[in-house]
Amino acid sequence: MLAIVAIVLMVSLGSSSAQAATSDPTPAATASATAACATDAATGCLQGTIKLPSGDPAVGIKLAIKGGNLDTTISTGADGKWSQAITVAGPYTITVDTTSIPDGAVLDSAAKNPATVTGALNKNTGFVFKIVGGTTAADGTTTQTPDTDTGTGITFDRFAQQFASGIRLGLLLALAAVGLSLIFGTTGLSNFAHGEQVTLGGLLAYLFANVLGLNLILAAIISVVICAATGYFQDALIWKPLRRRGIGTTQLMIVTIGLSIALQYTYQYFLGASTVRIDQANPVTVDLGPVTLSQQSLISMGIAVIVIALVGWVLVRTRIGRATRAVSDNPALAAASGIDVDRIIRLVWTSATALAGLSGVLLGLVLNGVNWQTGLQLLLLMFAAITLGGLGTAFGALAGAMIIGLVVELTNLVLPGDFKYATALVILILVLLVRPQGIFGRRERIG
Amino acid sequence: MSSDVPTTTSTITEAGAAAKASVAGVDAVPGVSKPDPILTVDHIKRRFGGMTAVDVNHLEVQRGIITALIGPNGAGKTTFFNLITGFDKPSSAPRLIGGPKAGEAAKTTFNGNDVGNTGATKVAKLGMVRTFQLTKALSKLTVIENMRLGARDQPGENLFVSVIKPLWAKREAEITAKAEELLARFKLLEKRDDMAGSLSGGQKKLLEMARALMSDPVMIMLDEPMAGVNPALTQSLLGHIQALRDEGMTVLFVEHDMHMVRHISDWVVVMAEGKVVAEGPSGTVMDDPAVIDAYLGAHHNTDLGDDSLLTDEVAEELAAEVQNEKLTEGETTA
Amino acid sequence: MDQLLQTLFAILNSAISPQTAALAIAAIGLNIHFGYTGLLNFGQAGFMLIGAYGFAISIIAGLPIIVAIIIALVAALLFALILGIPTLKLRGDYLAIVTLSAAEIVRMIGRSSLLTNFTGGSNGITGNEYRGPFTDLSFFGNGQLDLGPFKYDLTGSNGWWFIATAWVIVGLLCLFVWAIMRSPWGRVLRGIREDEDAVRALGKNVYSYKMQALILGGVIGAIAGIVFILPSSLQPDSMGRSETYFIFTALLLGGAATVFGPVLGAIVFFAIRLFVQGIAGQFIPSSIMNGQQTEQFAWIVIGVMLMLVVIFRPQGILGNKKELSFDVK
Ligand SMILES: Nc1ncnc2c1ncn2[C@@H]1O[C@H](COP(=O)(O)OP(=O)(O)O)[C@@H](O)[C@H]1O
Ligand SMILES: [Mg+2]
Repeated sequence: MLAIVAIVLMVSLGSSSAQAATSDPTPAATASATAACATDAATGCLQGTIKLPSGDPAVGIKLAIKGGNLDTTISTGADGKWSQAITVAGPYTITVDTTSIPDGAVLDSAAKNPATVTGALNKNTGFVFKIVGGTTAADGTTTQTPDTDTGTGITFDRFAQQFASGIRLGLLLALAAVGLSLIFGTTGLSNFAHGEQVTLGGLLAYLFANVLGLNLILAAIISVVICAATGYFQDALIWKPLRRRGIGTTQLMIVTIGLSIALQYTYQYFLGASTVRIDQANPVTVDLGPVTLSQQSLISMGIAVIVIALVGWVLVRTRIGRATRAVSDNPALAAASGIDVDRIIRLVWTSATALAGLSGVLLGLVLNGVNWQTGLQLLLLMFAAITLGGLGTAFGALAGAMIIGLVVELTNLVLPGDFKYATALVILILVLLVRPQGIFGRRERIG
Repeated sequence: MSSDVPTTTSTITEAGAAAKASVAGVDAVPGVSKPDPILTVDHIKRRFGGMTAVDVNHLEVQRGIITALIGPNGAGKTTFFNLITGFDKPSSAPRLIGGPKAGEAAKTTFNGNDVGNTGATKVAKLGMVRTFQLTKALSKLTVIENMRLGARDQPGENLFVSVIKPLWAKREAEITAKAEELLARFKLLEKRDDMAGSLSGGQKKLLEMARALMSDPVMIMLDEPMAGVNPALTQSLLGHIQALRDEGMTVLFVEHDMHMVRHISDWVVVMAEGKVVAEGPSGTVMDDPAVIDAYLGAHHNTDLGDDSLLTDEVAEELAAEVQNEKLTEGETTA
Repeated sequence: MDQLLQTLFAILNSAISPQTAALAIAAIGLNIHFGYTGLLNFGQAGFMLIGAYGFAISIIAGLPIIVAIIIALVAALLFALILGIPTLKLRGDYLAIVTLSAAEIVRMIGRSSLLTNFTGGSNGITGNEYRGPFTDLSFFGNGQLDLGPFKYDLTGSNGWWFIATAWVIVGLLCLFVWAIMRSPWGRVLRGIREDEDAVRALGKNVYSYKMQALILGGVIGAIAGIVFILPSSLQPDSMGRSETYFIFTALLLGGAATVFGPVLGAIVFFAIRLFVQGIAGQFIPSSIMNGQQTEQFAWIVIGVMLMLVVIFRPQGILGNKKELSFDVK
């Protein structure tokens, strides 16, 4: 599994490292790197976080800092943070390189650029540059989109917009979560590396569409096929032998954690902390009444709906689907009634990773980029979705995913973006209190 | 009828005779009341989806005797055990909103305590201790640790006391002595320091039973205690169970081996499809033509643990037969 | 050769560093959860973070250090209660998901811009804002002490005072764990790990024991959080999900359900990382693997190693295969 990923990424990124380097000059900034600026009696820090209008971190924004004994340029990391250690107190001018701001966003016209801040030793001095939606014309003049997103009031328009985003997130989440749920149902395994499978889909799509220059649709198809293959071989090479050895599910779960760590750092090894864009063109937006969505979002949602419907149809209507549900229900009984359990599980792994991969491709398009932790951030929401729906029931996962998607996006109406995921998880905990088996789950047998 | 049943213990103890006598005058009809019931259940129902696993209207278990609970696989015996020991909740449990009608709600009384809404821990503390059909030996603990875990009133089980050994060492020595005594009785003493997981299936059953006895229960409930125990040991186990009764303990056990049931039980309850379909002294019930024809039938005296003999058909037949029997009885008494 | 020696020194220094002690303490707490009781706590880093915030914020508010520590521990206790009440009656998977989520919630709230005044937002809190009172407790005096490869200030941050305190705490906790785990209390926990229904059938209040274990391990996690931030700074993102995974890795490496396993595991964990990084840095030309990449390569090795340990030696370095029970239900 690791080897496959490594080889594929190596082949491509090796040849394209020059391009990757120019399009994403971000120095790899992981948690440890942002901790670099520690204050003491002789050192102070200038720092801040820059966010995109969507609330996501703005990555790779360049800032020129001048003052004291400094004249340097730094850029924001994967988390949108920047920081600069200073050894001389006093005024510093910070200039944002407006060309490093992604398309579709501009520096708030109210913001001073350059800005002057007074740095002190033994202290963190923060400064915020605000980025808002807008466009930059060829001559460099900017047009700011009217401010609809800020303002704390809940207008119908804002509600509709967030609701649509919620449906979108729910659908993409459902694609990934169904697979996670099927794996759990048939094997009892909570796959902590499922998030990395999502990331893999997005990264492969970037690889084929951008680095190798294939047509986007072809790139997406190849990516999904490769993802499916990773599932097939994973089961063949790792999970089936381990099941044979009679290794328990808790043990296997920790094995998936190891796999998840290894994959995350494999992605970082090749990509650093940068976010790569699958589709470099500017998104075209479509207005539907009060709701504005990019074309890519709409197409992605359409694909997700079709694929989810297909999965549902297979599970309910086809022999293989019924066999899958039988294995989920009671593997021993299923085996006794002549179902080839290992074959079903192989199929489940293959389709689960394919679905996760597809989800990654679509997420990459919708979110306008993929980085090493795209899937990782989704994993918790996936777990929340399948727990909410009832562990191991595929349809529960769908329903759970839609609920989680909506909750996450609607939270934005009343709370700052930081709390997006927190509310989903709080709701999960509350549901467990009332209905521990989840919405569609069943209690199990004792004695 | 019983001439072909091997008699193993020819001497009936005094206590055994007393136990039999205590239920001598009781009618052999399902749900009959006993002179001194230790356990009484009413309207206890458990549904799984559309299927009703247990539906017992009324049942009493007499104090101080050995009661056997028999019935084909899937009759609901284990589920019934789960319900009364607090491991499961009846579907007919009273609820704040939308529960069953008054007078039809599940009610379980054990030894004077209402245990209808009591969790498994509490039930066990009240003195009703059970074993499981699928053994639950704690495999990565040694046999002796398994035994010690069964004992009550251990000061060292309190976190704050546990830190200082002298505070619990005395009690630990007491329970260790007791455990060794029980292990010797169950022929497990030489396995004392082995991991419980390394025992054979039968030995695990014995260990589980011995562990349950560590807590000096008032009533012990054994779910198929003999399954997998080798025949040589079965005999001595039967002796142990009778000895428990003779010491005043109440025993309720599920068993498929008809020889054994006939041999040691003072009272037999027959379950089929979740219902109590017959009960009475072992001789009476097992000689009851309805039960014999439908349930035991041609397989009488064969081991009913053998699944092949217990088709759904047999179970249905049994229920139907017993139903008819009741009807005819009703006619004659009317 | 020089480089190898340097790597060796780096490993030795990391072995005694307060950071390693902090990981060991967190793993000791997790050992009570996972190793002895079979509770799948995937939020140990959340307990650390709670402890760290509780301590740092209390000190900054001007409370005495003892009060600050008590506040940190009580906060972890409450956190354990909140997590345990909805989940400890359910199957183990649920505790895993809820603890994982709750730890993330703590981190998200901590780094939220709304609370910047208390928590410092996503930048966290710098060490010298809360380190003072602890440094003042030092009776080591000033100056520097060199012991072979170990050259530290006596009292300065990251100095001997910090190292000694951290390892004394580790030692005391090992003693404590040894004492409670040989007792009947520990026996009940191990029974619960094997099969909680069996223990329930013996009249033990399984829920209460699980709660005690969760609280105890969580409070120890909070101590780890304090030890972790004292010599450095409080960064919410350094106590995220990965940190929990690393604590698990350390615990399993050393040996779950053993007294010294977590400690040995924490030391080995850092040693392996530095070793791989050092070797890769020295022998692989930087045109193939640059400095940043050797670090990532070391993490990949850690991930693969976790997989291999769990598959081939689930009892870890110190564990006894016969006594290890991995599977929780
Ligand atoms: N947790 C459960 N979910 C669904 N069905 C169950 C469950 N537990 C028991 N049953 C069903 O209830 C019936 C009674 O089972 P059980 O009590 O185990 O029977 P017995 O012990 O008499 O063999 C069986 O048909 C069994 O399949
Ligand atoms: Mg049964």
